[in-house]
Amino acid sequence: MAFDIAALPWLPAAPANYRQLCRDLDPANRGLGHELRRLATHKLDSAQALRFANALKRLRGASADLQGLSGFKLGLVSNATAEFIVDAIPAAAARHGVAAEIVLAPFDLVMQSILDPSSEVMHAMPDGLLLALDHRWFGAHKPALDPGSDGFGMLKLEALDAAVTQVNVSALIWQTIPVPPATLFGSLDRQMAGSVRVQIERLNQRIVEYAARPGNYLLDVAAFAEQGGTAKWIDAAAWNLYKLPFALELTPLYADALGRLLGAIRGSSRKCLVLDLDNTLWGGVIGDDGIDGILLGEGSPAGEAFVSVQRAALELKSRGILLAVSSKNYDETARGVFRDHPDMLLREADIAVFQANWNDKPSNLEAIAATLGIGLDALVFLDDNGAERAQVRAALPMVAVPELPADASWYATYLSAAGYFEAVSFSEEDRGRAASYAANAQRSAILLKSRDLGDYLTSLEMVIRFERFNALSRARIAQLINKSNQFNLTTRRYTEQEVAAVESDPSAYTLQVRLADRLGDFGMIGVVIARAVSRQGEVWWDIDTWLMSCRVLGREVERAMLDHIAADAHATNVTGLLGTYRPTTKNGMVAEHFDRLGFKRTAEGEDGSVHYMLALNDHIASRLPHREAA
Amino acid sequence: MTDQETLNRVTAVVRDQLDDDEVSLTMDTVAKAVDGWDSLAHVRIMVAIEESFGIEFRTSDISGLDNVGDLVRLIEASR
Repeated sequence: MAFDIAALPWLPAAPANYRQLCRDLDPANRGLGHELRRLATHKLDSAQALRFANALKRLRGASADLQGLSGFKLGLVSNATAEFIVDAIPAAAARHGVAAEIVLAPFDLVMQSILDPSSEVMHAMPDGLLLALDHRWFGAHKPALDPGSDGFGMLKLEALDAAVTQVNVSALIWQTIPVPPATLFGSLDRQMAGSVRVQIERLNQRIVEYAARPGNYLLDVAAFAEQGGTAKWIDAAAWNLYKLPFALELTPLYADALGRLLGAIRGSSRKCLVLDLDNTLWGGVIGDDGIDGILLGEGSPAGEAFVSVQRAALELKSRGILLAVSSKNYDETARGVFRDHPDMLLREADIAVFQANWNDKPSNLEAIAATLGIGLDALVFLDDNGAERAQVRAALPMVAVPELPADASWYATYLSAAGYFEAVSFSEEDRGRAASYAANAQRSAILLKSRDLGDYLTSLEMVIRFERFNALSRARIAQLINKSNQFNLTTRRYTEQEVAAVESDPSAYTLQVRLADRLGDFGMIGVVIARAVSRQGEVWWDIDTWLMSCRVLGREVERAMLDHIAADAHATNVTGLLGTYRPTTKNGMVAEHFDRLGFKRTAEGEDGSVHYMLALNDHIASRLPHREAA
Repeated sequence: MTDQETLNRVTAVVRDQLDDDEVSLTMDTVAKAVDGWDSLAHVRIMVAIEESFGIEFRTSDISGLDNVGDLVRLIEASR
């Protein structure tokens, strides 16, 4: 088979001593998060996945430092034997940046577990609840052809919805239901009210509606079953023997699908696709074959294959994924293809960072991440050369590097199937992001011409806009809260539902900040949440969250934000502001943020966190290069 | 493959599933005499044996197993 999705062919094979490697993980070590991610990023059989799960459990039990992975406690209810899913999730989730802990409800105790606050699952207070239910739970495994008799599954779904809306979890994950391959009438099933297919399609439609609400997420299991083949997915013997919900060989695919969703909820999806050039974007070697000799364009099978890779990259760019190039070539030779080859779909302007040189690939990837101001764990590296892939994996385990088959026709399929860019929302800001990064290059050019920084900032004609949180911006606010790592003082993550709660909390002060200049609109670039606290009869605002997009560093935006917060605080008779810096591996750039803004250090915690205060009487507003939007 | 070779492979699978290298099986071993081989582990082991030997058990085969020897003979009959 050319492409067997169930085998997760984009993952490299697991090393023979996998079990030993899992055992050797020492909770006293640092950097375990990256090591776990490296171990998880292999093709794993059920025993290996179980070894990984046990190793993670052991490390968590020993309170090991799992920096680099976000925690997620997942409750799971199912009408089937879900233990194999539970075994497979930790590795699949770690592959997507999440340290998952799973609490499984007893077999087939679905409503009971949800409705009873003292049930094992609800008592554990999970971050998310996965409703792993299939057609059998809804009674949709048998036709209901008598008029009026096909409503049972829908009633059950509505009852389930009523139950879960009472539950306090920040992420509720719904699954669509795969349609089994067996038919009663044949093609007529699709037209026949009450057929298994029609019942399930109606249920799925409703499930999709439920999952569109804030705090609800969709795991499109039906789509993954289609991709794997429903004839393979629905395994009658596995159900009868072990009550497995689907064929065991599809467990890795299911778990990876869930892992990428958990990653997306936690904001750890990838942000940038880095492309090799020779034999990845075109056939042949530009340095040897010349611009007339490379294979690219409609008319030849090989040429079309490379066009499809470029098209896939452009589609990703259109949804806000950044593109970069890392190639062993002379810069002029490589750029020449982008400028002059008539069949290139990708042009220089599509590429946010262009690294064509003779350095090794890991160094180039580090340069790309640094230039874009994103983490290495936001990168995906596409390269036809197995040796380069292995070198990058060894040096930079946090970069995603898919295996590729010999035929370039499949590159785009592999890239898409690996699920690196999983999203739980799509905003106007995503649409504009690539353009915004491209404009940054022009801004750098202006900087070179300006005499000093003040001149430069003034010449940008920046307009800043402050607003409190509102429903319209909620999705983007939640996205920033979950994605921002570097300019983030406390790195506290909140779901969209929690953001909504802050909006209406009278004791909370919120601020969303947008910035535009004469070269483009950055969209929302700053978020603040503060809470009123009482100290010796005076009210202070304690800054719970302060984060900014790294695209607007060096523009005095943080000073403008402080002035605005201080003015609002003053207007409501607040005495002053309290701040906290909580260090992570990524937010070193803001270690002195509050010091720079004139706050005084008041205390230091054992975890390295630093507490600050600023009395409003001591604050003097700055002269700033921005104009405030009306 | 001889009974002994099949038994050795089954032992390797069981050790792997129970994460216990001390497990030692004979043709006469019964599941409940092995630490950790409970009903869930049994499902894991049966599924892993299917995976490892590239075979599929029939629904009717599974219920009649009394000891490891029965399992070894079932594997050989299924190949």
